[in-house]
Amino acid sequence: MLETIITAINTAAKFIIPGLLVLIPLYGLFVKKIKVYEVFVEGAKDGFTIAVRIIPYLVAILVAIGMFRASGALDLLLKFMAPVLNAIGFPPENVPLALMRPLSGSGSLGLLTDLVNTYGADSLIAKIGATMFGSTETTFYVLAVYFGSVGVTKSRHALPAGLIADAVGIFSAVYICKLLLG
Amino acid sequence: MLNYIWFGMMAIGLIAGVITGNIDAVTQAAIDMAKTAVEIAIGLIGIMALWLGIMKIAEESGLIRLIARGLRPVTIRLFPDVPPDHPAIGSIILNMAANILGLGNAATPLGLKAMEELQELNPKKDTATNAMCTFLAINTSSVQLILPATVVGLMGVASNQIFITTIIATSLSTVAGIVAVKTMEKWKRYREVS
Repeated sequence: MLETIITAINTAAKFIIPGLLVLIPLYGLFVKKIKVYEVFVEGAKDGFTIAVRIIPYLVAILVAIGMFRASGALDLLLKFMAPVLNAIGFPPENVPLALMRPLSGSGSLGLLTDLVNTYGADSLIAKIGATMFGSTETTFYVLAVYFGSVGVTKSRHALPAGLIADAVGIFSAVYICKLLLG
Repeated sequence: MLNYIWFGMMAIGLIAGVITGNIDAVTQAAIDMAKTAVEIAIGLIGIMALWLGIMKIAEESGLIRLIARGLRPVTIRLFPDVPPDHPAIGSIILNMAANILGLGNAATPLGLKAMEELQELNPKKDTATNAMCTFLAINTSSVQLILPATVVGLMGVASNQIFITTIIATSLSTVAGIVAVKTMEKWKRYREVS
């Protein structure tokens, strides 16, 4: 029953993008009688300026993340954290993903792929990893791009709040999976 | 905070690179990522143009106002500083909808548009407003109903189990994000300077 619903939702999701691309102009053209082509082009012009405006912010944040990742600092950190992790029942295999997730989307996807290949999709470790991946976001990247696009440099409490949300998502992923699937 | 984290990541990268002997990799990563940043931005141009064009049609035909009106009871509480009829509300809702449906490609352009419209209401252009922080806290906590295609591809049949756990975990993280952002916006050190 549940499986049918989930499959149906995921199938329906395939039609959302092409559906929207047709339905929105359809509504504009036939219900509101606006010049959809001209309006589209006018809106599309902003795409270039926004994309170019975020470049310096992206360079700043991605270079810092790249240096951190390549240095092996994550592995060093992991060694120090091992005793604490065991005490709270946090699988050490999932820690690199948890630390990587707020930093890099491609990096954390790589780590998740690695977990699935090493332990199998049916393992609890892979399931925890996939849940982590789906329930958190690349906070640093999103903040850099979103604030960068409008030139905001003082981000106030956005970063701590985003990281708290990530932490809650990551710990929830571990304990909910252990509870429901373990 | 971002200043210290940004510097900290690079400094730790250098120190750890020396300890682990990965210093060449650190150098290479810095150069590669600078290049990647531009590639990402350039790759975004086409997708941005597509969605901003479609958004403009939705805006001119009044569709966005219609959606914004329906969700007014929620948005008034989350974004008390933004007038309920302001176009930013429409963009915020559409960005969240795109995130919920797992449409990452559509979410970014809509989110950047929302930021631009929120910036119009900002009296101090270099400082984030409460509304911006709330929007980003919700955004980074990843509200998601449909699993990303990449995860489904990786997990295969096990995706069905992940579906439930992800919804629970992501709901908790979103609630935590909203509570955190609403609590911290009143703290002295983060207070809005106006």
